[in-house]
Amino acid sequence: MATLTQAIRMALHYGEENLGLTQIFGQDVGPPLGGIFTATQGLKTAWNTPLDERGIIGAAIGLALAGQRCVAEIQFCDYIFNALDLIMLAGKTCWSSNGGWNLPMTVMTPVGSGIRGSIYHSHSFDAIMTHIPGWKIVMPSNPKEGYGLLISCLKDPNPTMFLMPKALMYLAGEELIPGEPETGLKALIDKPVNKAEAELWQPRWPADLTDFSIPIGKGKIVKEGMDITVVSYGRTLPLCVKAANQLSEEGVQAEVIDLRSLWPYDWELISQSILKTQCVLYVNEDAEITNFGEHLIRRTVDELFYNLAAPPKLLAGAFIPGIGLAHSLEMASVPQLNTIIEAIRHVISSKT
Amino acid sequence: MNNLFIFSSSIVNVYWIDFKNMNTETLLKSYDLMVKSRMLEERLINMFKQSHGFFWIGGPGEEAFNVPLGLQVKKGEGLDYDYLHLHYRSSAILIAMGMDPIEAIRQMKNTATDSHSGGRNFSSHYSVKKWNVTPINSPIEVQYTIALGTAIAQKKHGGDAITIVNGGDAGTAEGDFASCLIWSSRPKHELPILIIVTNNQWGISTHASTQHGEKSIADRGQAFGIKNRVINGNDVIESYEAIQEAMQYVRSTRKPFLLEAKVSRLYGHSSASGAVFQKDEVDPLALFEQKLLQSGDLTPEKINSLRTRYTEEFQALAEKIKNEPQPDPESIYDFTYWQQKGKTW
Repeated sequence: MATLTQAIRMALHYGEENLGLTQIFGQDVGPPLGGIFTATQGLKTAWNTPLDERGIIGAAIGLALAGQRCVAEIQFCDYIFNALDLIMLAGKTCWSSNGGWNLPMTVMTPVGSGIRGSIYHSHSFDAIMTHIPGWKIVMPSNPKEGYGLLISCLKDPNPTMFLMPKALMYLAGEELIPGEPETGLKALIDKPVNKAEAELWQPRWPADLTDFSIPIGKGKIVKEGMDITVVSYGRTLPLCVKAANQLSEEGVQAEVIDLRSLWPYDWELISQSILKTQCVLYVNEDAEITNFGEHLIRRTVDELFYNLAAPPKLLAGAFIPGIGLAHSLEMASVPQLNTIIEAIRHVISSKT
Repeated sequence: MNNLFIFSSSIVNVYWIDFKNMNTETLLKSYDLMVKSRMLEERLINMFKQSHGFFWIGGPGEEAFNVPLGLQVKKGEGLDYDYLHLHYRSSAILIAMGMDPIEAIRQMKNTATDSHSGGRNFSSHYSVKKWNVTPINSPIEVQYTIALGTAIAQKKHGGDAITIVNGGDAGTAEGDFASCLIWSSRPKHELPILIIVTNNQWGISTHASTQHGEKSIADRGQAFGIKNRVINGNDVIESYEAIQEAMQYVRSTRKPFLLEAKVSRLYGHSSASGAVFQKDEVDPLALFEQKLLQSGDLTPEKINSLRTRYTEEFQALAEKIKNEPQPDPESIYDFTYWQQKGKTW
């Protein structure tokens, strides 16, 4: 099965061939490397830029103004912050011109912990990004849906932000992507490590890839349950599923929702689940203060207060300047399987 | 060449004025557009002072450069035409391109009918999709990186259309200006981009001489092998010829050109600093009038009548739009996304 990295590569290839994607660029995005996670390896429109995040985002806006659908990568979200005003400007452009211009551009950037990335390769970006209007923001938790979400980004006329949970980049999926060969994908689309072979290498793209799309704004119930709603996305989503599976052995039936789209988000799905379970836990790994989950709790309280049997809870990353390198520090800084299990138990035990 | 011998009326002397590539028709057209632009800016300032607008910012003092620029733009929509990434002192460019002045007046009054922003943005923050005039933003540097994108698209597309970006001298201290120089001169990937700095020597209240050690901003192009030139942007003829040369270079070589034009800031930074006429700045319009009077192409009567005509015309336009509707409060969410109306969540 494809990894998220391979899924992204195949979606971009499909975009080049079928969706008018004309430029894929960023630092080390083109040959020889094809992206530091190799997510842009072998793509015909991928090219290297100067080491300049403001130039990368600015160029993407300009290309989009010229009607050229493009994908720009910021190598790690930890380095996106010096381009934040340009990201805000991209979000403003349609609005401030009163609908005069649209920007068909996608920005991809790896986010979060999980690779012992220390202070500048572990930041999350969802809390800040969801505070910037005018963008659509997605974050997959598995390769197949990564493919589908990226295809949707490539079809959207607005700026789209594709957040890549870096801890999941090399994990193989459990389901085939439509058009993905059942075996041998690596030999087809992974560049050989051997330098001599790599120089002669050309990707052999699967011929049957499709425009399989996950609609932006639609979440998914990945595990059904009656006792508690657990809403997550990205790296923490598989951990929530694992926690739910473990707790089911104790008789606790947690319903786990993969939000997939952070903006717009699937409130219908969340609220219907909460009406059923009467309690909710939101899980993500961005810092807990002014966290996107806090907005979801606010809406939960505003709209569903009298349907709740327990206070809604947010489990998020610690509000600290960064994630320390040492194993002990990283594990203590962001939600892990054990803290998710504890949080689920806590909410359920609070139910009246 | 259109060189005219003229005689001074006061001194028995012979002057030689070199009008270079500008024929009389273009000279007089430029003059008309400069007056039109100046009278428009002064009307906008008056509107602010009469509380018919919350804020004024604009470009009186840049007409001698901006009008010749606007006249030479390859105007249209899409990759076969020039893309413009402008800053907020560019009214004269738009007027020279043919913008109806009422569009500037509506934006000043933030009416719902404002075609640039629907009452959402400050004065002089233009956006004209049919002419590739991309939305003008208040940050003074962002256009230098955004311009790279349209230039990349045009390089790939081919043809002779170019990207034009302008900004002030203070904004060149930002990294985006350096980004523009670096990206537009990448080996084998040079970009067809005319990089303009209109240097008025000021960043709000801070004089360039207190912050900038470089001899000229255009010199920065040297390090990147970018052809560059410094000109007197208060001189219409010098500006016209320099813009023509720079545009021809960019159109034909598909490489960047850095053009620095020394200009005036005739009414200060904005209404926040009073929008008062600065007597110690060179007035390019008055200079040009003197030249045209000397050449005999203008008379004092013609000057007065043109200024009066535009003043009255714009006063009437301001009066006309006075009662046009303000934006509907219900519309605040509209166009957060493409073609979207109303709240989406």
